[in-house]
Amino acid sequence: MLALGQDEIAKYPFLADAGQYLKDKGFTLEQFGTDPDLKELIDKAYERIRVAADGKIYKSDLIEDQVSKEAALPREVFSFLLAIVLLKLSGMHTLIKRFSLAEARRAEKYLEKDLANISDESKKQLAIKIIDDLFSVQIEKLDDYFIIPVSDYLKHSINFHEREWKLINRHIENGQVFLTPHETVRLIRKELGTYINSKIVNAKAPTMIPGFEDSVNKLVMLSKKFSTFTVTTGEYPPCIKHAIDVLEKGENLPHSGRFMLATFLLSKGQSIQQIAPLFKNAPDYNERVTLYQLNHLSGTSGSGTQYSCPSCEKLKTQSLCFATSECDNIISPLQFGKKRK
Amino acid sequence: MNEIDIKFLENVFKKYYFEHFDLIRVPERTSEREFGYQKFNSGMTRHISVKDDKELHLLLMQNIPSDVYCSNAYYTFPNLPMNEKDWKEADLIFDIDAKDLNLSCRVNHTISICNVCNEISNNSEKCLKCNSTKLEKKSLPCKNCIDSSKTEVLKLTEILINDFSINKDDIHVYFSGNEGFHIYVYNSQLQQIGSRERSELVDYVMFNGAIPEKFGMKKFKPNRNSFPDFGGSGWRGRFSKYVFGSKSKRSKIISELISNGYSSFQKTLDDVSKNIGTKIDPNVTMDIHRIFRLPGSINSKSGLTKIYCKDLKKFDAYADSSFLSEDIVEVLANCPIEFKLKNKRFGPYNNEKVSVPTFTAVYMICKKLATIA
Repeated sequence: MLALGQDEIAKYPFLADAGQYLKDKGFTLEQFGTDPDLKELIDKAYERIRVAADGKIYKSDLIEDQVSKEAALPREVFSFLLAIVLLKLSGMHTLIKRFSLAEARRAEKYLEKDLANISDESKKQLAIKIIDDLFSVQIEKLDDYFIIPVSDYLKHSINFHEREWKLINRHIENGQVFLTPHETVRLIRKELGTYINSKIVNAKAPTMIPGFEDSVNKLVMLSKKFSTFTVTTGEYPPCIKHAIDVLEKGENLPHSGRFMLATFLLSKGQSIQQIAPLFKNAPDYNERVTLYQLNHLSGTSGSGTQYSCPSCEKLKTQSLCFATSECDNIISPLQFGKKRK
Repeated sequence: MNEIDIKFLENVFKKYYFEHFDLIRVPERTSEREFGYQKFNSGMTRHISVKDDKELHLLLMQNIPSDVYCSNAYYTFPNLPMNEKDWKEADLIFDIDAKDLNLSCRVNHTISICNVCNEISNNSEKCLKCNSTKLEKKSLPCKNCIDSSKTEVLKLTEILINDFSINKDDIHVYFSGNEGFHIYVYNSQLQQIGSRERSELVDYVMFNGAIPEKFGMKKFKPNRNSFPDFGGSGWRGRFSKYVFGSKSKRSKIISELISNGYSSFQKTLDDVSKNIGTKIDPNVTMDIHRIFRLPGSINSKSGLTKIYCKDLKKFDAYADSSFLSEDIVEVLANCPIEFKLKNKRFGPYNNEKVSVPTFTAVYMICKKLATIA
């Protein structure tokens, strides 16, 4: 376990052992619901969630990354811990997700500053250690950059869809990727969010605590704002249209194209009997093989795994993508034509 | 394929596996690999585990496969169904195939065989006899195909060594036995990465998806200083050498690039991709569960051996990979294109009975351009 100073606990409250912290400070959750002085902190916790739900980053009481007043540290940590309690009591998953992400981005700001800190070596080392402990990514400093092995870089960067994160657009030397402090921290944002999310999800759900009801009810109301529904136009994306065109013309569609078409249509709820005739015109059509493969893809035979439709990124690599403006930055053909209302 | 041809090929293959077992490289960590094989005119048998050389030898002699395969992946239980194998890691493999290089020579040595009426014609879209579009293409690769593939192999190995710091001894190049090369990378930090990560690696070596900013071109107020240096590392350096040509031209060309604007620069990048990106088959590298033709085994598309290329420059694909006997066989050949094997020219044969060495007969029968007379 990391040895954290006061400033670090305030900056990275998710690293602290919550239960232990409360005990050490001599408090129980019930006290927060009844003691008027402590009750203020529930409002602060609610506010922390509300800000996160709006997609913003909660502004803490830290001044220049330091716990200025003695009371600030417990306030910072308590508001984080109480926020978790409120989220658990409300049971609203959308809010938990949004909160985790916002808290990750809040921590990200501090990590970035600590990594870039030239005057305080210990701050930098701690940031490096946090990244190593939590995400098993070993970073090293080289001149103004942090370098990490290509394999570690890839494991994290494949979750990004912006083109500047593609390996081709990075500076690579000797099997290492060069990153700025900002990029280093950005790289693990999702894992940071996932880490915080899993801490919350795995926390024991308390039963309702007197004095917490109002805030919990407000959260339930708040989460309603985020429920969405989608409508689908039903039109096929250009990659699928292209594949069907190729087959209709009796031209050869590569195996990867057939895989894409079949998994797409299966995901859209079509049956094997509906899909199989599409392949009839293929130069090497064989009914038995086609049915075998479709059964395999749908999971009705073989290992039982149902194969999913490849992502747009993968299709680009396979030269199967024929994106139009209507694709509108979707990341899977399955999202084509879906509009959030 | 008819029974007589199959019997003939099986006899030849059996003799090869008996006499040339030394050429078959039992891969390291044999017991963690999945093996598979195909027999003539039948499906794939896979999920086989093999303990050692002896067991593999026995498998080949007992089954006389047309093709033998071995996984790049290492599993705890290679013989169980796919989702129970417990994948550990996989060697990184690249496939460079002349058919993906869009070479102009290709049209001269590609034949179409009609699946409906068996008519053989020079490369066409429809069968000239029965108008069917169900055509099977067969190519008899030429020296240009192999030389161009070699160039791609060299481009790839240069990137692997310089950018990814891979030890030269850990890169093994094999001739596939048909019209390309398989490049294996062992002991690298990339052993454990999954399929999605490998697809990023593919885009890297193919030079796919580059953005102008990375090569110095900003959308607003482009700045001359950010353009890559002539001797820059990685793709910036290769880009620089290709686009600027020489140090002296750099300044002038940067001015041109800036004045042509951002979207024109993106087009330049696409052009660069076609010329200096390595042309590999992306699906092969992305697949971490595939079984690959076993080094040293015969490729049933040609009767040639998938063979290790010790010295790629000197390697002569259609002489160094042919290990079958020279005994004369009589075949009925319908092969409208001339080809070269073991430094001898054969064909063209127009539906005629000819006496050729066994290795040539096998080559044509495998390509469906001859049958035993």
